[in-house]
Amino acid sequence: MNPSFSINPVSDLNQLLQYPFMVNALQAGTIVAVIAALVGWFVVLRRETFVCHTLSVMSFPGASGAALAGLPLAPGYFLFAVGGALAIAFGSRVGGRRSAMQESAVVGTVGAVALGLGFLFLSLYGGILESVETLLFGSFVGISAGQVQTLLVVAALAAAVLAVIGRPLFYASVDERSANADGVPVRALSVIFLVLLGLAVAAIAQIVGVLLTFALLVAPAATAQLITARVRLSLALALALAVSETWAAMTLSYFTNVALGFAVTTIALALYAVARAVRELRG
Amino acid sequence: MFALPFVRNALLAGSLIAVASGLLGYFIVLRAQVFAGDALSHVAFTGALAAAAAGIDLRIGLFAATVAMALLFAALGERARADDVTVGVVFAWILGLGVLLLDIFNASSSGGAGIVGARALFGSIFGLSSGEATLAAVVALILIAATLAIARPLLFVSLDPAVAIARGVPARLLGGVFLVLVGADAAEATQAVGALLLLGLLAAPAGAAHRLTANPWTGMALAATLALASVWIGITLSYRVAALPPSSAIVLVAGGFYLIAFAATPRRLAGVLRWMR
Repeated sequence: MNPSFSINPVSDLNQLLQYPFMVNALQAGTIVAVIAALVGWFVVLRRETFVCHTLSVMSFPGASGAALAGLPLAPGYFLFAVGGALAIAFGSRVGGRRSAMQESAVVGTVGAVALGLGFLFLSLYGGILESVETLLFGSFVGISAGQVQTLLVVAALAAAVLAVIGRPLFYASVDERSANADGVPVRALSVIFLVLLGLAVAAIAQIVGVLLTFALLVAPAATAQLITARVRLSLALALALAVSETWAAMTLSYFTNVALGFAVTTIALALYAVARAVRELRG
Repeated sequence: MFALPFVRNALLAGSLIAVASGLLGYFIVLRAQVFAGDALSHVAFTGALAAAAAGIDLRIGLFAATVAMALLFAALGERARADDVTVGVVFAWILGLGVLLLDIFNASSSGGAGIVGARALFGSIFGLSSGEATLAAVVALILIAATLAIARPLLFVSLDPAVAIARGVPARLLGGVFLVLVGADAAEATQAVGALLLLGLLAAPAGAAHRLTANPWTGMALAATLALASVWIGITLSYRVAALPPSSAIVLVAGGFYLIAFAATPRRLAGVLRWMR
């Protein structure tokens, strides 16, 4: 039976939830959105978008390397994402100071090398290239209950770590110099945050693919921070945006068969554009 | 090895693309805009798919998409330098659009999209015909000439924007022209090393050059040389070892150069500091 959208929300909801795969997908999507909004809020605050993109790309060599070695894919994802996070954390400093130039170069180089390795692993493995597309642009379909549990664990971990380091991390992100002078361990915090970002991205990318990971981490948080400068409010807004964007996109994709990646990114971009336009108009 | 036409085509196109990417990469690192370069190279992927879906020449799609995106990035940012967050949001949508096109194209031609997509993502430098290689070389030469022509004012505006603007250097225009050049380079390199791996030629040699020297002209020459060496060594390695794809080989060599520069500099720096005391 083809799902058809109606003006009756109850019948729509019943249609959405009639298959177990959709229930799993909605659960996983919600958890993914929560992790993405929490971690992504700091990514946007710290202007580490490029790092976030590169770490999500790490899942390509992670998955193809694990496939080549005959291992389950999950350890590959985590290994490469955390390795990449550490390489970026230690490579982007020149003489002990954070350098925008070298950060840009090192993140780009790490990303390029990761893709080069991934392509090499893939050709050694002899896999078909179609799988690359699933890897990059994955979907929510085919998520098991076990994967939902893994996601929950990562979500709890991310929330716990951010609850502990959130305050000093915020200080260090907004004003690195003063934080340093006040004895906040700026360097350690940035390394811890990058590793957390790596873990979060690896967990999310396994399920939704590289593209959606990046879109969900960056766009809702960026929109929220455009709308308000108040910390708690914008964090809450980022959470609400990420969850509602995911639900809206899944509903749209379910009823119209539009690719989920396109639905999520289009809704996210539209909201961001509106927020930005309003801000520019207000001056 | 050099007697084979496909190797000669690869070397011709690859060498000039490397020099263009090395030079542009020097500025991209200097301006901390590697992310914009990365985004432009991914945009090339969507452009290629759009052209494939519309049934027109791939190169038209590539160049149109990257140049349009470069202009958008230039328009969105202050002094034609779009913020990484803006780049990120726009770029995610462009990839989303690529997915949609992939879907449409997959529905209309069975399996063809996979090949176009894979070629645009990872390139196939050994698959260039002599006509394609010559065209790529000519475009790369134009890019090199244009970059060298704007090198001096661009350097000024990148290093000290306030003073440069006060002296009447058109910062916004230069930033825009520069991004368009990077976009054209991305479209160009997509055919040779692939959209995803272009980043290797853009970021790694230039990053190494910036670590090794503070002199801009030496740095530019070094970045171009390292990029060129990456392509030559990469192509040779990939020719000798059949399992090693050329795109991977080139990028891994470029990454190796960056690693060497990284390992070499702390000691150099310490040496300089000691000497100054």
